[in-house]
Amino acid sequence: MSALQGTAAVNPPANAPMPGSLRLFWRGFAENRGAVLGLGLMLLLLVVGLLADVVSPHSPIEQFREHFLVPPVWQHGGSLIFPLGTDDVGRDILSRLIHGARLSLLIGLAVVVLSLSAGTVLGLTAAFAGGTTDIVIMRLMDIVLVFPSLLLAIVIVAILGPGLFNAMIAVAIVTLPSYTRLVRASALSELARDYVTATRCAGASTLRLMFDTVLPNCLAPLIVQGSLGFSAAILEAAALGFLGLGAQPPTPEWGTMLAGALQYYQRAWWVLAFPGLAILVTVLAFNLFGDGLRDALDPKLKR
Amino acid sequence: MFFFLLRRVVQIVPTFVGVTFLSFLLIHLVPGDPIEVRFGEHGIAPQRLVELRHEAGLDRPLWQQFGRYELQIARGDLGDSVVTHKPVWDEFKTLFPATLELSLAAILFAVVLGLPMGVIAAVKRGSAFDYGLMGISVTGASMPIFWWGLMVVLIFSVGLGWTPVSGRIGDAYYIEPWSGFMLIDAWWSDDTGAVRSALSHLILPTIVLGTIPLATIARMTRSSMLEVLGEDYIRTARAKGLSGARVVVVHALRNALIPVVTVLGLQVGTLLGGAILTETIFSWPGVGHWLIESIQRRDYPVLQGGTLLVASLVMLVNLGVDLTYGFLNPRIRR
Repeated sequence: MSALQGTAAVNPPANAPMPGSLRLFWRGFAENRGAVLGLGLMLLLLVVGLLADVVSPHSPIEQFREHFLVPPVWQHGGSLIFPLGTDDVGRDILSRLIHGARLSLLIGLAVVVLSLSAGTVLGLTAAFAGGTTDIVIMRLMDIVLVFPSLLLAIVIVAILGPGLFNAMIAVAIVTLPSYTRLVRASALSELARDYVTATRCAGASTLRLMFDTVLPNCLAPLIVQGSLGFSAAILEAAALGFLGLGAQPPTPEWGTMLAGALQYYQRAWWVLAFPGLAILVTVLAFNLFGDGLRDALDPKLKR
Repeated sequence: MFFFLLRRVVQIVPTFVGVTFLSFLLIHLVPGDPIEVRFGEHGIAPQRLVELRHEAGLDRPLWQQFGRYELQIARGDLGDSVVTHKPVWDEFKTLFPATLELSLAAILFAVVLGLPMGVIAAVKRGSAFDYGLMGISVTGASMPIFWWGLMVVLIFSVGLGWTPVSGRIGDAYYIEPWSGFMLIDAWWSDDTGAVRSALSHLILPTIVLGTIPLATIARMTRSSMLEVLGEDYIRTARAKGLSGARVVVVHALRNALIPVVTVLGLQVGTLLGGAILTETIFSWPGVGHWLIESIQRRDYPVLQGGTLLVASLVMLVNLGVDLTYGFLNPRIRR
């Protein structure tokens, strides 16, 4: 049952009466001011991303032909119509950033779900099967780990062809080993426990043992890794976009926006500064949140 | 100790074969026939194509081709660049020192700033100073360095005009490559202007590439120091009446460093990944810049050989770290 509490702990309900262990978790989490800040930023991004069509003043791809490279509102020549200015073909930067937030969250979610589920299956298989299967899976992961992750992602995109979808697949493959290793390690330590033996003696099938008995007890580290994986996925996908291998223009992906700004950023700082700042703040939010989760979920660090 | 060494070395062999297999597959998975790719847009007569495919062994079964590829690698032959027609290994050899110079400078920058940051934060735990330093560090760890690099260029090169935008040294200087390290070669040439020029070119890429290692080192040093500072022997040292600084630096830091160095050593891959972005931004003529260009030019032999070399390098460094750690800490030799 402790496993269920582990999953529920991801989304503490705001003011409903909390059950004991959840309240305990929240108290530990809330003590960390950085983590609360991260959570706040995440929620803000989520709202902005969900309501992108409502919140953004313009369409992210509409080109205002009379308004090339308009500076932000507070600078001379800026206007309230384009609060953060426009780019070289007259698109509103704020609107592009807002739609980019939706895109980045989707990228993070897709990559983490893909990589985490594949990693869970592989890790559990390795831990349960042992022997040759275990060796083969883990050696494969070692091979993936030997490549610098960005380089491997670049190579995979070179094979599959540039584009947002392929970039997400590439990042998911690159981040796979960390989940596989984590699941295998925690599953192995759970396998030695009495309750697993007891369930097995009671006649539970291997699949049931894997997903119903052992997996829930490996969730805490996985949740932490997943939230940190979110930031890694957003960062890598943006790097691919920046290198021209991820989302293609005019998609308002933040890294792709930076790539488009390369030609003229020396004349128009705002086309460079804001998309990067958006990446930084998003990645920072997930990192702070992930760190806070780890501290709150790790019994060793509890005082 | 000998068996520990032997086992670790033998263990990496299957990984290495796997890495070569991946790089072998690359050329076959990339869209387009390798021969057609080599001839580019000019095209080639179908008759000649069949002949060339036969000569290159591309009409044989895949496993035979892989065998040939392995033998080729064993001879140190990584193929030729489609664009420059030079051997991939020769190109790598001339470009690698630039990447090494930049990486070493970045690590030096990260260590020189990160260690004191971590130590101070640990000693002053819970103070505003601690929070400030750790805030900087978590921001650094979240930094999209491709953006950071451009911002630094925008501020220091374009805005303030302090440093050049790209390259390794000013056009006015010709430095005979001797060590491949521009700074050392410039020094050797006894031209103070050249040294200054090389330094001013190196400084921004160093800061950009060093940012993430700096954040990692500061955080790791802090947590490692906090752990060590709680040990009994630290209390003993203090009880002996040693000065605070001596206890922190001599007794605590020396022991706190071991995990920091290990984790750092295992992060060469991250560093090389960062070098790809940093070199692209600063037109730094190193391996990362070369690899990105190879994709843009569809120079797949370079991408294949370069990827293999970089992966091998990471593997060797990891092995080195592993062996050193085993040497220092007999408990993990088993």
